[in-house]
Amino acid sequence: MSRRSDGATTAGVLANSERSGSAGWRPQRDTLIRGASLLSFLLIWQVAAVLAQDTTVPYPAVVFSRIGSEVASMALPHHLGVTLLRVAISFAVAMVIGAAIGIAMGRWPVLDRFLDGWLVLGLNIPALVTIILCYIWFGLNDTAAIVAVAINKIPTVVVTVREGARAVDPRLMQVAHAYRVSQRRKFLQVYLPQIYPYLFAAARAGLSLIWKIVLVVELLGRSEGIGFQLNVFFQFFDIAGILAYTLVFASVVLVIEALAVRPLERRLNRWRPH
Amino acid sequence: MLEVHVEEKRYADRGGRHHLALRELRLTARDGEFVCLVGPSGCGKSTLLNIVGGLDPDARASVSLDGRARGRDIGFMFQEPRLMPWLTVLQNVCLVLEAVGDGEARATELLEAMDLGEVLHAFPGTLSGGMQRRVALARAFAIEPKLLLMDEPFVSLDAPTAARLREMLIALWQRQRTTVVFVTHDLREALALADRICFLSPSPGRIVLEQAVTLPRPRRPESPEVGRLYEELLSRDPDLLAGLAAHPQEDLAHD
Repeated sequence: MSRRSDGATTAGVLANSERSGSAGWRPQRDTLIRGASLLSFLLIWQVAAVLAQDTTVPYPAVVFSRIGSEVASMALPHHLGVTLLRVAISFAVAMVIGAAIGIAMGRWPVLDRFLDGWLVLGLNIPALVTIILCYIWFGLNDTAAIVAVAINKIPTVVVTVREGARAVDPRLMQVAHAYRVSQRRKFLQVYLPQIYPYLFAAARAGLSLIWKIVLVVELLGRSEGIGFQLNVFFQFFDIAGILAYTLVFASVVLVIEALAVRPLERRLNRWRPH
Repeated sequence: MLEVHVEEKRYADRGGRHHLALRELRLTARDGEFVCLVGPSGCGKSTLLNIVGGLDPDARASVSLDGRARGRDIGFMFQEPRLMPWLTVLQNVCLVLEAVGDGEARATELLEAMDLGEVLHAFPGTLSGGMQRRVALARAFAIEPKLLLMDEPFVSLDAPTAARLREMLIALWQRQRTTVVFVTHDLREALALADRICFLSPSPGRIVLEQAVTLPRPRRPESPEVGRLYEELLSRDPDLLAGLAAHPQEDLAHD
């Protein structure tokens, strides 16, 4: 992990200021490309709807006006809030437990060998099976829903974080040891920063997996939330409703990723040479 | 007073066979003494340093500092700078200090005195190799250690950078009167730094010769006085750097 840059002199220190100057045009062009991409998506959708001429392929305008009416009736915000809360709690539970197990398995080979079989089993149990079993064992309630989602996600967090724990640089740990750095500081300032990239990989993959599973959980056994609503729309073949909810939910997840996950990652990675 | 006694240190290679790295090695250093360990590569110099620094739990050895088991007051400088790349220069030094508030002021003062005031908040990855070593040196002295262990800390630096770091080391050492154990394979470097040089044999390493160096400071490795002593030592024991001394002087250890 120790990066040496013998060639670089003090000029390297000034490299930070240079970055902002030359890259000024780039965000603007990026926005343009992203805008063009979004526009083409809407265009293709519109063309498809015109060609199909079928109620199962509604026009974009129909879906957007549906979003408007669902928001006005407060139905969409309510169900969205319920689902996001479930996503947040199960995400937090899965990350904390998965990271703890992953770090422990990376650290102690005996534990690694002991739990390895369970991990393979956990990775391969279909989400549907855990969901059904949790509902049967814990009843049709939110605890069962969150436990089911967390159980689905924990094994993948463990695998990623374990990889990080195995890659921890023993030479840096030796420094902390030689200087008798307190356990707390050693963990927070020497150990954990080496795992951050793996934690973020797990969080990214986790978010996209969890919100999909939450919908299935809601569809199967809850009476609120986006998943429940989708099921209702399915019963009535209400395609505009399905698309309206999906679009809003996917956008919210994108916004969370862009406004929370990415900036945090950038902040924690600012020491890396670009 | 530092007293080290290594009864035995073995390590297993990849095939699982055991090798003897060190056996019956005794090393002492007076308070404030600068001791250099010189020996052929693979003789167990670094292993010895790790044992003294408490980084080797498997060794059968005892280390005491002023008659007590070692505590928090040991600084360690490794072959590589080993700074935390995600911490700034100042944070790297503060990491090893126990008190935070007053520690930060002291760390800043020390770094400024070592010409690192400009890069207090820079990340190590943006610094040159020489500057990274300087930060590592500051980190070692920031805790005001009773004992400082140095494992070829200036290796693979260009000569002027290494010379500057040696000067800083000697200045800090003279100010703080730290006991230093400095490992090197470069006899000239040892002659330029040490009060006393211990020559180690090939593995299993033990001390084959101790040589006091009384040349006045400041000294430079390329100065004629150092050169003369260098020639003299090698003409007396041509295989000294291979760890073979014709005239073992182990009684010198207890002067």
